[in-house]
Amino acid sequence: MQATVVRAGGYVAVMVVAVLATAKAVDGGFAVHMAIVALAALIAAVATLRTADFAGTRVIDRSEYDDEPVRWGVIATTFWGVVGLLVGLTIALQLTFPALNLGLEWTSFGRLRPLHTSAVIFAFGGNALICTSFYVVQRTCRARLAFPTLARFVFWGYQLFIVLAATGYVMGITEAREYAEPEWYVDIWLTIVWVAYLAVFVGTLVRRREPHIYVANWFYLSFIITVAMLHLVNNLSMPVSWVGSKSYSAFAGVQDALTQWWYGHNAVGFFLTAGFLAMMYYFVPKQTERPVYSYRLSIIHFWSLIFLYIWAGPHHLHYTALPDWAQTLGMVFSVMLWMPSWGGMINGLMTLNGAWDKIRTDPIIRMMVMALAFYGMSTFEGPMMSIKSVNSLSHYTDWTIGHVHSGALGWNGMITFACMYYMTPRLWKRERLYSLRLINWHFWTATIGIVLYTASMWVAGIMQGLLWREYGADGYLVNSFAEVVAAMHPMYLIRAAGGLLYLSGALIFAFNIGMTIAGKIRDEKPMTETPYNPAADRPLLAQPAE
Amino acid sequence: MANDPNASPGGFSHRTIERNITLLGVLALVTVAIGGLVEIAPLFWIDSTVEKVEGVRPYTPLELAGRNIYMREGCYNCHSQMVRPFRDEVERYGHYSLAAESMYDHPFQWGSKRTGPDLARVGGRYSDSWHVQHLTDPRSVVPESIMPSYAFMATRPLSAGDMRDHLKALTHVGVPYTAEAVARANDDLKAQADPDADTTALKARYPKSQTRDFDGDPKQLTEMDALVAYLQMLGTLVDFEAAAPQETAK
Amino acid sequence: MNYDQLRHLADSWGLVAMGVMFVTFVGWTFRKGSAQRLDEAANMIFKDGCDDKAR
Repeated sequence: MQATVVRAGGYVAVMVVAVLATAKAVDGGFAVHMAIVALAALIAAVATLRTADFAGTRVIDRSEYDDEPVRWGVIATTFWGVVGLLVGLTIALQLTFPALNLGLEWTSFGRLRPLHTSAVIFAFGGNALICTSFYVVQRTCRARLAFPTLARFVFWGYQLFIVLAATGYVMGITEAREYAEPEWYVDIWLTIVWVAYLAVFVGTLVRRREPHIYVANWFYLSFIITVAMLHLVNNLSMPVSWVGSKSYSAFAGVQDALTQWWYGHNAVGFFLTAGFLAMMYYFVPKQTERPVYSYRLSIIHFWSLIFLYIWAGPHHLHYTALPDWAQTLGMVFSVMLWMPSWGGMINGLMTLNGAWDKIRTDPIIRMMVMALAFYGMSTFEGPMMSIKSVNSLSHYTDWTIGHVHSGALGWNGMITFACMYYMTPRLWKRERLYSLRLINWHFWTATIGIVLYTASMWVAGIMQGLLWREYGADGYLVNSFAEVVAAMHPMYLIRAAGGLLYLSGALIFAFNIGMTIAGKIRDEKPMTETPYNPAADRPLLAQPAE
Repeated sequence: MANDPNASPGGFSHRTIERNITLLGVLALVTVAIGGLVEIAPLFWIDSTVEKVEGVRPYTPLELAGRNIYMREGCYNCHSQMVRPFRDEVERYGHYSLAAESMYDHPFQWGSKRTGPDLARVGGRYSDSWHVQHLTDPRSVVPESIMPSYAFMATRPLSAGDMRDHLKALTHVGVPYTAEAVARANDDLKAQADPDADTTALKARYPKSQTRDFDGDPKQLTEMDALVAYLQMLGTLVDFEAAAPQETAK
Repeated sequence: MNYDQLRHLADSWGLVAMGVMFVTFVGWTFRKGSAQRLDEAANMIFKDGCDDKAR
């Protein structure tokens, strides 16, 4: 009881500090943010007291896993996924029809683009990672979550981080470094939440009842540790005022660029790859009901992937003012990275060995296979684009955008949807999902959407690269920049159509998840029907001779 | 050993790692730290990373305020500031970028995408009034443009905060502003866009700084003033014509 | 140590060392007796056919 009161008191103290900061703020954005923090602290204090068990009568069923934060996480993942994709579609349309910027500062492309990237990577992807990691670590350790209160703090604290980051972008509060845009105080908050996350995850591993730590947990652990390291180093900055939102990066120019892309590329490598591979290593074997193809390969996959990924950052800075040796190093390691990436893909795909027919009958497996196929494609494309001569054409163009989306929509999106489909009926104790046939619809809208997206961006990117460098017979550049912009219009339109399809798929997904949570089951024909003809199911009788 | 899976394995095996959470965590951290240490740390102590170039100086308070607006609006999402050493880029945008040119950029704004053109050397290429018109209504001067309109900047008074605090924060991360520059920051901010102000001291502190009314409205200091002042100084600090004979001499 | 020396090292012994390390590492996962343990680890998630209960 005392602990509860102390905790609530702590939240009230935070609220008081936040209110004071609101009053003293030197800019409006910081005042708004501190008001949000104060409100969040107030809600936390009230929730702490209301859910407190003062009489000590509540019995916790220790024979069940602690799945409450996982259930919240499934809902949050679904919600932020739809939001992030909606913003993505909006900015895709803004590039096609600039009038859609509406002439308002809050809705201009420059402010909404970070909102899109952060919403899909950190809100959608991050919630998926946190909730699946809590699900997997309990089941592979055969133990309940360590520090249950802290686990709830991690969930809500992370949502607060998302809200602060998102509202900040719209108000123009940004550090202006891609994928690390939140300002200093939001970074500090995320650090606190992340340390708590590490504590819950490691604490659960320590309490495990299994001697072995399953491979999925290695990937989750390396993801949590490495993201902590990247976040801390890359966000070192000097606030202008302790009650203002603005800060200046601790690094400048070349050093800042390399630190930022060391972070940026490994946000891809550890947030969007290692963490999602952890999901693959648990959920693909579970859904196919057979162990991972080669556990030996998974060991090699793990260590070589985490060793190689961290070097690859400089391929974002080819032919810039970054020293040549760093560019070359980045390129060499990026090319080598192809091997462990495909090792992982093969390990995932071959898990289906002997069960390939399930692709036809099990739409969740089909989604997982498509995710792995896209993982393989984008991890082949990535090393190729990191080769300097290819990069000289592809850099600064929409090819990069296409590449990122084949990974993000194809790999991260599809594997997340599949895991959510797997977990939802189990978490809410439903017999099955509301509808398996709707997964089929989701699968095809999403797949067609990705194909439109990546194909149009390949064409756009290669066109840009070639048109920019086109020389006429007279020895002059043929195209002005504006002409190349105009030439992109049809491709941008196709891209937006692809995004619309993918978003439609996500809405079908949200509907399916929502109905499953509501306890509904759609009356539908099963996905597989083995033909059975009772009339033919009998022995042949000898025909009497005529 | 092969017959008894529970026998303790001889020596160090992956099994030890698989069963020891601390060891697994530490080894994973070491593995990922190697790349960072070997690749990134040297940039901070190898002298040749940023070769000294004549003419590069810290931003004036007004340019800095303009740069902060550039960042606030997310211009880096569509505009790079890094010309690569290719014939077409050099002809289109100017001399390829040098490391020293962004040595006072906290943070760097090299960008990663050219939805719009590179801006590393946009300074002096267009008139102030072109910039004002372009930012207010991009399609009135470039019909193909897909840039958002920033008309609100023309009327909004510049509220950059106390520029002394900004310069002080930058000195903490290594930008060599003098104590005088910090103390005079707020006056310098106003003076640079005020055609009537005495700017001798400002010009001495910040060589090659341009002082005039930037947005066509001398009566008030707007966000447009700051942003145009920033855009007009981009890439103008290094005199490449003077540097060229030096390069050939080498 | 300047750039050229480092580059020379990276192109010769550095490369060999990394290659040897990698081959050793891969070979080591094939050491005697590992197969059974790895198999056990891979099947761990199916033990007891039990998904939803903590132990």
